Amino acid sequence: MLRYALLRILGAIPTLLLVIAIAFLMVHAAPGGPFDSERRLPPEIEANIERAYHLDESLPQQFVRYLKSAVRGDLGPSFRYREFTVSEVIGGAIPITMKIGSLAIVLALVLGIGVGITAGLRRNTFLDRLVTGVAMIGISVPVFVFAPLMVLVFAVTWKWLPASYAGSSGADRLIMPVIALALPQIAYIARLTRASLIDVMNSDFVRTARAQGLRTTSIIRYHALKPTMLPLVSYLGPAFAAVLTGSVVVEQVFGIPGVGRFLVTSATNRDYTLVLGITIFYAAMVIALNLVVDVFYAFLDPRIRRQ
Amino acid sequence: MTAFKRLFRHVRFNRTVTLCAVTLVVLTLLSLLAPLLTSHSNVTADFANRLLPPTLADGHIFGTDELGRDLFVRTLYGVRVTLFVAVVASFVSLGVGVLYGAIAGYVGGRVDGFMMRIVDGLYALPFIFFVILLMVAFGRSMFLIFVAIGAINWLDMARIVRGQTMSLKQRGFVDAARLIGVSTSGIILRHITPNLLGVVFVYTTLAIPQAILMESFLSFLGLGIQEPQTSLGSLVNAGVDHMGSSSWLLVIPAVALALILLCFNFLGDGLRDMADPRGKT
Amino acid sequence: MNNFRHPNKFGAHRLLSVLLITLALCACGDSGPEPVQGSVLNRGTGEEPESLDMHKAASTSAGDVQRDLGEGLLGFTPDGELRAAAAERWTISDDGREYTFWLRPNARWSNGDPVTAEDFVYSFRRLVDPKTAALYVKSVGSIENAGAIIAGELTPDSLGVSAIGRYEFRVRLEHVVPYFLSLLTHPSTFPVHRGSVETYGAAHARPGNLVSNGAYKLRDWQLGSHIELVRNEYYWNNAATAIDRVVHFVSPEPMAELNRYRAGELDTTHTIPPESFRQMIEERPDEVRTSPSLAVNYYGFNMTKPKFGENPKLREALSMAIDRETIANEVMGRGEAPAYGWVPDGTANYTPRRFSYANLPKDERQRKARQLFREAGYGEENPLTIELRYNTSNVHQRIAAAVQAMWRDVLGVETKLVNEEFQVMLQNIVQKEVTEVFRLNWSGDYNDAHTFLSTLESDNPSNLTGYHSEEFDSLMDRAARQTDPDRRKVFLAEAESVVLRDNPVIPLYFYVNKSMVSKRVRGWGDNVLNYHYSQHLRLTTEE
Repeated sequence: MLRYALLRILGAIPTLLLVIAIAFLMVHAAPGGPFDSERRLPPEIEANIERAYHLDESLPQQFVRYLKSAVRGDLGPSFRYREFTVSEVIGGAIPITMKIGSLAIVLALVLGIGVGITAGLRRNTFLDRLVTGVAMIGISVPVFVFAPLMVLVFAVTWKWLPASYAGSSGADRLIMPVIALALPQIAYIARLTRASLIDVMNSDFVRTARAQGLRTTSIIRYHALKPTMLPLVSYLGPAFAAVLTGSVVVEQVFGIPGVGRFLVTSATNRDYTLVLGITIFYAAMVIALNLVVDVFYAFLDPRIRRQ
Repeated sequence: MTAFKRLFRHVRFNRTVTLCAVTLVVLTLLSLLAPLLTSHSNVTADFANRLLPPTLADGHIFGTDELGRDLFVRTLYGVRVTLFVAVVASFVSLGVGVLYGAIAGYVGGRVDGFMMRIVDGLYALPFIFFVILLMVAFGRSMFLIFVAIGAINWLDMARIVRGQTMSLKQRGFVDAARLIGVSTSGIILRHITPNLLGVVFVYTTLAIPQAILMESFLSFLGLGIQEPQTSLGSLVNAGVDHMGSSSWLLVIPAVALALILLCFNFLGDGLRDMADPRGKT
Repeated sequence: MNNFRHPNKFGAHRLLSVLLITLALCACGDSGPEPVQGSVLNRGTGEEPESLDMHKAASTSAGDVQRDLGEGLLGFTPDGELRAAAAERWTISDDGREYTFWLRPNARWSNGDPVTAEDFVYSFRRLVDPKTAALYVKSVGSIENAGAIIAGELTPDSLGVSAIGRYEFRVRLEHVVPYFLSLLTHPSTFPVHRGSVETYGAAHARPGNLVSNGAYKLRDWQLGSHIELVRNEYYWNNAATAIDRVVHFVSPEPMAELNRYRAGELDTTHTIPPESFRQMIEERPDEVRTSPSLAVNYYGFNMTKPKFGENPKLREALSMAIDRETIANEVMGRGEAPAYGWVPDGTANYTPRRFSYANLPKDERQRKARQLFREAGYGEENPLTIELRYNTSNVHQRIAAAVQAMWRDVLGVETKLVNEEFQVMLQNIVQKEVTEVFRLNWSGDYNDAHTFLSTLESDNPSNLTGYHSEEFDSLMDRAARQTDPDRRKVFLAEAESVVLRDNPVIPLYFYVNKSMVSKRVRGWGDNVLNYHYSQHLRLTTEE
């Protein structure tokens, strides 16, 4: 298992390099730079700045310089947040996004699986329709509508919850962002669970168990649950991507100092080093996640383990 | 072909699916007939009539926006653009994904392994991020938006099609065709692809809502459809800022958007239930 | 069927416990701002400052925090009048080129060190040192040898600043700058603590390292969240500082900021979104504070294109055809003033010029515009298509749509709207190849007409229109050499008239400073530069 993991990681390195190169080229291809504004800088000052940040070197030179320091763990200074290094900027932001993101996924799993199992067991009844219908709200109202609406209702009008993450403390401030992030996922997870459960309940070994006289509760507990979860495990990857996309909106609306908002601002600010830092973070996350998912899969499905 | 026919027969008996299909057709027709339904313009500003709430006067049944433009017309045009973008983008990802997956699945072996390694590698790209970089670097055209949205979805399509192709390959008729002497490309095009249609159709119906939400996300970032053209996504975004004061600017496009999303989702679900009740896809 | 009472009990239990554990861990490790000691002011500060190093930052949001942390030779009162700050008094030589400042003997840095003239000498030199790569050096650009030092031709020691004794600071300028004193309120001229810079280098402005000479010192900076300042007990005027702690919250989104204000999390905001302005005026009229601002929103012509550069009547017609009242009052609606000139009202020592048609009734103005348009050679037989470029934003899009409609209705011009991300648009404007008419704004750095008029001088890199008028340049030159403020005023006004006659730019409206200020905040003065020093504010307990 360990050997497998190591091989996978090693194999991922060329991919990582390619991804970084693409990001580097794209962000430098964009017109403008980190120090541009309608207050044009006199040429001497522009020259001074370019020298200080090595922007006067050729692109390959800059790329190599970046890689050399990145390998040593130095992701460079942020061009936009000039008091901080990229590691600090991302390092401070990642835990928050991860925290809210994982809470959202957990919430989505709990509610989604609950809905999905209920619906699946009562297939095509009113309950199925009702519960699935409610879950569908999550995918028909975009998060950038739902989130500000929540703020307007719960924070501004009723004053039950804080309006922003930064302006308050305690677990209160997590409630709305987590719900906003979880909502779109609940429907997908519910649907996946429902379909998967139906499939499993119709499969041979469950029918055998039923023929042997086992009660449905026990069937679900001991036979059906694990296989039902399998498709969910492979959903974790897309779930992570969806949470990151959703966090762009949620972080902006709730004032959360996470990584999501940098996805857009680093590109519009032409913050070269931050762009590359985020790319590395994301790609590394995906690779790690794939590894975890595969391992988890093997754990859940003994047939794979034996391979 | 038979799978398709079976699908249609079942569609007629399922109320939800029929309802959704009908709703979508009606909305599409309405949006295409927009110029006939109202005399107001989609683009001309009318400062005398800014921010009117829905009223029967003057035919502004949905009210007007901050430039005095009639919201009914804007919403209909928005529906048009949204559907157009979503369908085209989904077809982009469909086209690329199906071809890629069918080839990989049919040819199998090392070619398949290599092609799938590429797909795995591409999954590691932070797509959203690259789309943003792309739009920032190269400006915003309709074309780029299609490509960007299509590019996000084709990987899933490729994987599914590959899986489906591999299972189809085991079926008898493929061997039969090969025995007769049909070429590989002939088999892929004339035998495998038609049998994929069911799965592909279902998946495209589910990919369309994703594309719609992606387009509205791009609008949220300011990278979506350019004015004076409008999509439901950009209308909703503009409406959010007026949530407290002129809420019709948000509610109407949001309801239209929700309706479309729900219909496509239910449609896709229903179709998938019918085409493949065991949930193998 | 009652076979299943708790269908998902097993799975649910497991997941539930995972959720609870995660929540518990989160709640434990949660650290918001620490408990309050003393009075706290929560300010919305807009975009995150790029840096708190006085020499590295250039934006307005950095300025608010910098003005709380540091102090320059001069400052402003809440009403926008110049006042003595780090300098007690000063004299100006007869030729107007030498300034001598006497610093306060009781001024201290936040670590107790005295603030001396050497500190200012060191700081000014560091500002112009090419190695510092400072972005904003305009404030000291007129000091002797500054230009040469920045270009790398001389060393920083040759800068025309000197310390005489411990508390006397002398500055020698290359030419007369009548508004030089107001430049010394800008954060780039604030002193930096030499010991810290020498010990920590570029990291001297980080929390824990920063030593400041203003009313507050830096306690914490959570990127993306807030910057926390606490009282600097060593500040010479600490007794007059009423508020113990100031938290500047990062709030780049105006709507989200307003929501936070309404929820009670912020005491002041840095702006008010246009969509909610009317609503706030109705609901909370006493909390909406506005003042004219030294900034203009305009459309510029790409004067290198003969279509515009060689057709002054066309430019004038296009400018005249726009209904500025509608744009300012209807499309914007926050108290913006229609701009019939280039320099805003309220600029110190100046009476702005205005277009001759500013007071014409609408019909007549439109008629004149149409006539000019015909004289420019356009009409039905020769229709005109223009491209109007603006950066992505709801507000700019609305204005562009409005102008498009106006040009069509009055002149029959067809306008193509092009909307680009700001950086992309800026590059296009600078390169002058594809742009025709573009949207930009200009804010004054200091309270003098010069900051506006100089942007149209031929040799100014910020002149993005490509306007080149010898008449204008020479008038500006002569104004620069005047020591008598009244005569200078005349030359500047003449220069503005030339601009209004030549129309290289179409000024649309003058900006308005607008903030929500909670009822418990006192001492907030409405001033044109939008400077609100926290040390002038105090909190009452009323709601």
